[in-house]
Amino acid sequence: MAQDGIGARVARKEDKRFITGKGRYVDDMRVAGMKHVAFVRSPYAHAKVGGINSEQARNMPGVLAVLTGSELVADGIGNLICGWMVHSKDGTPMNMGAWPALAPEVVRFVGQAVAMVIAETRAEARDAADVVAVEWEELPAITDPAKALGEGVPQLHPEAKGNLIYDWEIGDKAAADKALSEAAHVTRMEIVNNRLVPNAMEPRAALAQYDAAEDHFTLWTTSQNPHVARLVLSAFYNVAPEHKLRVIAPDVGGGFGSKIFIYPEEVACLWAARKTGLAVKWTGDRSEAFLTDAHGRDHVTVAEMAFDANNRITAFKIDTIANFGAYMSLFSSSVPTYLYATLLSGQYDIPTIHCNVRGVYTNTAPVDAYRGAGRPEATYVVERMMETAARELGVAPPELRRTNFIREFPHQTPVIMNYDAGDYEASLSAALSASDYAGFGERKAEAARRGKLRGIGLSCYIEACGIAPSQAVGSLGAGVGLWESAEVRVNPVGTIEVLTGSHSHGQGHETTFAQLVAERLGVPIDNVSIVHGDTDKVQFGMGTYGSRSGAVGMSAISKAIDKVEAKAKKLAAHLLEAAEGDIEIADGEVRVAGTDKKLGWHEVCLAAYTAHNLPEGMEPGLKEGSFYDPANFTFPAGAYVCEVEVDPDTGHTEIIQFVAADDFGRIINPMIVEGQVHGGIAQGVGQAILEGCIYDPESGQLITASYNDYAMPRAHDLPSFKVSTTETICPSNPIGMKGCGEAGAIGTPPAVINAITDAIDNNDLSMPATPEKVWRALRAGATAMRQAAE
Amino acid sequence: MVTVTMTVNGRQVSKEVEDRRLLVDFLREDLELTGTHVGCDTSQCGACVVHLDGKAIKSCTILAAQADGTSITTIEGLADGAELHPLQAAFKEHHGLQCGYCTPGMIMSGVDIIRRHEGQLDEDTVRHELEGNICRCTGYHNIVKAILAAAQEMHGEVRQAAE
Ligand code: FES
Ligand code: FES
Repeated sequence: MAQDGIGARVARKEDKRFITGKGRYVDDMRVAGMKHVAFVRSPYAHAKVGGINSEQARNMPGVLAVLTGSELVADGIGNLICGWMVHSKDGTPMNMGAWPALAPEVVRFVGQAVAMVIAETRAEARDAADVVAVEWEELPAITDPAKALGEGVPQLHPEAKGNLIYDWEIGDKAAADKALSEAAHVTRMEIVNNRLVPNAMEPRAALAQYDAAEDHFTLWTTSQNPHVARLVLSAFYNVAPEHKLRVIAPDVGGGFGSKIFIYPEEVACLWAARKTGLAVKWTGDRSEAFLTDAHGRDHVTVAEMAFDANNRITAFKIDTIANFGAYMSLFSSSVPTYLYATLLSGQYDIPTIHCNVRGVYTNTAPVDAYRGAGRPEATYVVERMMETAARELGVAPPELRRTNFIREFPHQTPVIMNYDAGDYEASLSAALSASDYAGFGERKAEAARRGKLRGIGLSCYIEACGIAPSQAVGSLGAGVGLWESAEVRVNPVGTIEVLTGSHSHGQGHETTFAQLVAERLGVPIDNVSIVHGDTDKVQFGMGTYGSRSGAVGMSAISKAIDKVEAKAKKLAAHLLEAAEGDIEIADGEVRVAGTDKKLGWHEVCLAAYTAHNLPEGMEPGLKEGSFYDPANFTFPAGAYVCEVEVDPDTGHTEIIQFVAADDFGRIINPMIVEGQVHGGIAQGVGQAILEGCIYDPESGQLITASYNDYAMPRAHDLPSFKVSTTETICPSNPIGMKGCGEAGAIGTPPAVINAITDAIDNNDLSMPATPEKVWRALRAGATAMRQAAE
Repeated sequence: MVTVTMTVNGRQVSKEVEDRRLLVDFLREDLELTGTHVGCDTSQCGACVVHLDGKAIKSCTILAAQADGTSITTIEGLADGAELHPLQAAFKEHHGLQCGYCTPGMIMSGVDIIRRHEGQLDEDTVRHELEGNICRCTGYHNIVKAILAAAQEMHGEVRQAAE
């Protein structure tokens, strides 16, 4: 193995600039003549937009222009779209309401933009935006997804009767009903998956520049997928032709899904740059992020699980209402369907599954993918059901899982997915032993002596990553292919540039991708540069989300390396007068195996470029590209154990121990993988006990719109985590990787809630399990028990 | 408008700014020291932490005019030339950062925490001291580790120097 190759715990190459304050984020960018944008946003959750009087604003100091939605529409700028077509079970296409980047007629959530002010400074733009006078006619609003379906409530879009986006199903309903009616035991739960705000620490920002002489646009934007942004902006929103638009996503301060989507502000800034001839920059503040970033989760579910007399699951039936917010964001339709219902088999051999999902509009911010995207919702349903069922059946939670584990691969679930590899017993055993699950009883007794209620909870998650085989997702309605591209450019001196369509916004690609190259081509990682995030530099790419950059992005690099390696070997064989099959590349050398005949790597590279002595028919140069389309999804899986102590007087939960045992397939850099898991667990703990997005049901105002009201996990809310990995190699890609970016956020919430409900002996508890909720559930549980005893 | 004069990373600067100019905007916009970040508008996240006369402050919560006559150190001024501050090095070694956005504030806070506790820190203290700094990426695990490691190293050096 190369010293800094696959499996090495290498410190990150990109860190230097971040720890010295030299990172370059969008708001750090400035171009000559740059002006500043502030948006005029709706204070109402639902209102008609009447006249917009901007006279006073135009006369404010520094103001250069005020632009409105009707001008944007008049200029032919297209509506924002959802790029994944999902059909209802009756065959009708989803009902998509129109979403203009600046609303000319109706606003449907608090914070929706109707106009923009351009001024010399940011402060001047904001001052002027405050005095743009909009005639609002307030309309009744609805925010609760469980109440929004039907005719007797406020209606959002003429295209969507009863606020219904789709009524979709998967699986065999009749078979599920039959199994439920014949079951020895049925566990039934109502489960809410709380709405979250992603909260990447860098707020979204956009800087747009138009060069009239060249008729060329440049957009610096906080994006996880600059090429997708360019494609959508040009093909659908009509702001600039694709070959005349350069999109740059420089350093990006976290995404977690929220920076996949193309937002109204980017569209409006590009449009304004051309219209005014000014370079314009908008940087959102945290309040705007809360109001307008795509939120996550927000499901209301009823689930029923049928067991036979041997505690084997015979059927699983799920009915979910998914809140989409006021508009269908870019990938919103796929999240509660193909990314959710297809994972409802969990790690278990379940013969029959039926899931029905109704998507609903409400007067809230759009909802789309957030770390895990559908898979946390599925895992939360499955794993709360399993733990509750174990309690009802009187069997140990690990045993009920073991009874139902899938043990043979490949395994075809009844909900599309074909699991290629896994060993669920291995990760469960690892988690149980790392957490000393067996010794919990003693710890509980000891805690009781201190007046604390100790609980332990388990979660065995599975997810689908490596998103995604293009043909498969195409047949399910995706508007794009989900391959990845790479180019490996070897310079004449032997140093290497890798151009990748993946985008790093914290994942450490500059290091891990270089480690792959180091492993394969025997060069030190310092001789490898990773180029990403610029559509002018990188050929194409689908970007980073769904834990796909390893399994798909690196597989593309690996395929390109194959070609480089083959050519280098062929050339070296020619130069060394040896057989191609005898050439090996390692440690900076290209040698004939078993002999002392060799060339330096740099000598072979130089020979490729001098082209003085190439084999017959070989082109000069050493540069190869690849577009890699995965053969299947990958299926990371693992087992998490959470141990908590609840203070019965206050309802406060302390996380005492958190153990994660994950199977991510082959790992490139364990340090980075652990970091991904830590961050995911923190977000999962946040969802479980702290975070919850609350809209006032009457006014539709976002109550939790700042860090004073939305409880972000802080250092003292969390323990240090015990993380480890088990390994089954993924057979579906050349590296054997599965992906690790989302696991923590997927596996954690049910483990935490299962632990708290164990501590308080009441399964009826919803997220976030705030002290108040826990205290009430504890009281309610005790009352129920007393009544049962009487 | 008001004229403010201060020492920033050892260099004397003097500029005329709007009365309402926040220190963080002064640093980022007027001095182009963009290492100091803005992550919120309610003084909660700590992405903006700098040192004012040697103490950590949130630069989004003070006017540039209030900092008149003081000495400011930002993340750009923390390293000693090419030599990283021990806490910067510890963040790299222990993988205390991912996207890097919270990192300047975390490091500036961390240096202050180590200073105030004279390097005598345990995990619980570090976690409570970090209350005013939010990180969305790392789950804090490796940030805490990095601060503890640097505290030990720096304290060890202090002790050695004293001996
Ligand atoms: S920007 Fe200063 S605390 Fe958030
Ligand atoms: S490293 Fe991204 S917010 Fe802390």
